Amino acid sequence: MKTTRFLLVAVIFAGLAISAQAKLRVVTSLQDLASIADAIGGDRVETFALAKGYQDPHFVDAKPSFILKLSRADLLIVAGLELEIGYLPPLIDQSRNERIHPGSPGYLDASVGCDILQRPTQAVTRAMGDVHPYGNPHYWTDPENGRVVARAIAARLGELDPAGKATYEANLSTFEVRLTEKEREWQAKMAPFAGTKIVTFHESWPNLAGYFKLEIVGTVEPKPGIPPSPSHTLEIVNLIVAGKIPVILVEPYFDAKTPNYIGDRTGAVVLTFYPSVGGIPEIKDYIGLFDYDVNAFVNAMRGKE
Amino acid sequence: MRFSKCFVHLLVIPMLVGTVASAQEAPVPQPTPAPTPAPAAPTQTSNYFNPSISVIGNFLAVGGTNEIEDLPSASLRESELGLQAIVDPYARADFFISFSEEGANVEEGYLTFTSLPWDLLVKVGRMRTAFGKINTLHVHVWPWPDAPLPIVNLLGGEEGWSGDGVSVAKLIPLGDTFSEAILQVFRGESEGLFTAAKRSDLAFNGHYRVFRDLSDSTNLDLGLSYGFGPNGTSPDATTRLSALDATFRWKPLRTGLYRQVVLRGELFRSRHDQAGGTENATGWFAGADYQFARRWWIGVRGEASEHADVAAIRDTGLAATLTFWPSEFSQLRSELRRRRYAGSYTANEVLFQVQFAIGAHGAHPF
Repeated sequence: MKTTRFLLVAVIFAGLAISAQAKLRVVTSLQDLASIADAIGGDRVETFALAKGYQDPHFVDAKPSFILKLSRADLLIVAGLELEIGYLPPLIDQSRNERIHPGSPGYLDASVGCDILQRPTQAVTRAMGDVHPYGNPHYWTDPENGRVVARAIAARLGELDPAGKATYEANLSTFEVRLTEKEREWQAKMAPFAGTKIVTFHESWPNLAGYFKLEIVGTVEPKPGIPPSPSHTLEIVNLIVAGKIPVILVEPYFDAKTPNYIGDRTGAVVLTFYPSVGGIPEIKDYIGLFDYDVNAFVNAMRGKE
Repeated sequence: MRFSKCFVHLLVIPMLVGTVASAQEAPVPQPTPAPTPAPAAPTQTSNYFNPSISVIGNFLAVGGTNEIEDLPSASLRESELGLQAIVDPYARADFFISFSEEGANVEEGYLTFTSLPWDLLVKVGRMRTAFGKINTLHVHVWPWPDAPLPIVNLLGGEEGWSGDGVSVAKLIPLGDTFSEAILQVFRGESEGLFTAAKRSDLAFNGHYRVFRDLSDSTNLDLGLSYGFGPNGTSPDATTRLSALDATFRWKPLRTGLYRQVVLRGELFRSRHDQAGGTENATGWFAGADYQFARRWWIGVRGEASEHADVAAIRDTGLAATLTFWPSEFSQLRSELRRRRYAGSYTANEVLFQVQFAIGAHGAHPF
């Protein structure tokens, strides 16, 4: 009786698996990676992002529901650089899916080939806060890194699904043409603000700052991952006053209390700045992410003038 | 709870950084052809496959009077050394060696086969038994500095139930709901709980778990367990154990760094064969933990449990905790605890715990 029921369930799931096999199942750690995979994969893929765009990507719960998603995945795309180290390794171990183990064709580290900043040049210790020994993992905030990621995803999808190779290549060139066009627009909008000094909450923005030639002069966190302290907050206030810094960028998942206090004391604009797709519903895809952030930054700077 | 995440968020220990960081960066393909990186020095390459090493210290200081559970005034209760690595393409290994005042003890040491067909995950070695929820967790990820009463009274002591044997876990997806069935067979030996007089005396455990996301910010985790093994009072005497566990979590993702609620409860039942019949004992605990700031948690716990061998003796307790995390890698916790033993003796105590982690401690399952 039990065996019959079990077999029945097995047959149903096998049936489901076959009917869904038409699409390649792609699981990503970030919504940004899912968005790029969607652009490249089109109808041939189905994506799922573990971390939501409005959540701190360092602190994701290793929920068993993710084990289920991973067990059925054909491709796992991670940001790498140990961004996911707090939750992904046990999920992969429990996924029962060796196709997505590191080193397998179904595992893609999106950071490979990207321009990675802040690679430590000296021995790191935890006295420095939550530092990433392989470099800053928030590299997707540079659209040129997005291009590198898109190329890597297209190549990998083509390997896993040779029948769709031409489609992926066509989608990649559409994506790249659009990105190039958009990059011109973003650069034109941001050009007047080149050289602007900014303060950010966390070290999430060196890639974006480098791309738009902004200068990050301080962070509200005294050290990565360490919450604001009164003495450091005072230093930042003095820094902002002395340097006439116009804007403080705050990721949506941090408490805006300290930045707001600094803003009140100094007149700097506190701008909620979104590091990821899905940070708010308006940011629907990777290109939309920069559209939104560039407009928000430009509006904030205009408001200051 | 979040503390599990703290230790979960591992970094490479400073000692290894020089070697691992430079070595791992080398193979990253450059956008433009880069000169071939110089081969790593022989000492570095020999470190490549060393396991991740971590040590977690657990210091406990106790004030107040308790004649029944007389904990020392101050002790480094446990130092847990973790050694974890991938063995080969098919398996990984995890060792947790616990040093306490009684000496060193392999708390867990097992091989996990991660590449098996049919959604199976097999563990072989010594491991904490998948009986209930708290029993599966290491002491340093508990939301309290002490073990709840049913663990002490029904599972043989603070250490709970662990065994040497085999564990087979099968994923049984129910649509989009996670469900897993685990079957474990151990030598019939676990301190204070099971005693194997002969080789054929084995202990068995079955666990079924269902986990469902109720929304982006809430989830529910339910488990049913049933196990049995020889208790040594007579050749055929067994202890049969069952448990029901439930955990509800609320963590709004956007503000999850600052606000979280975890509600948890477990119900235990023990049937202990002994001279004169079978003793039926029950126990439970329930707790609520609330994170009210980035580094602060408060919690309460209620508990009650009969003794496995004398069900007429029932202990009860009430505790409140306050936890502060200087960072993800250290934790200060205090607990005010009132326990009433056998309905007659009451002990009021304050427990103060400091936990700290160094090295790369692998993430714990949720």
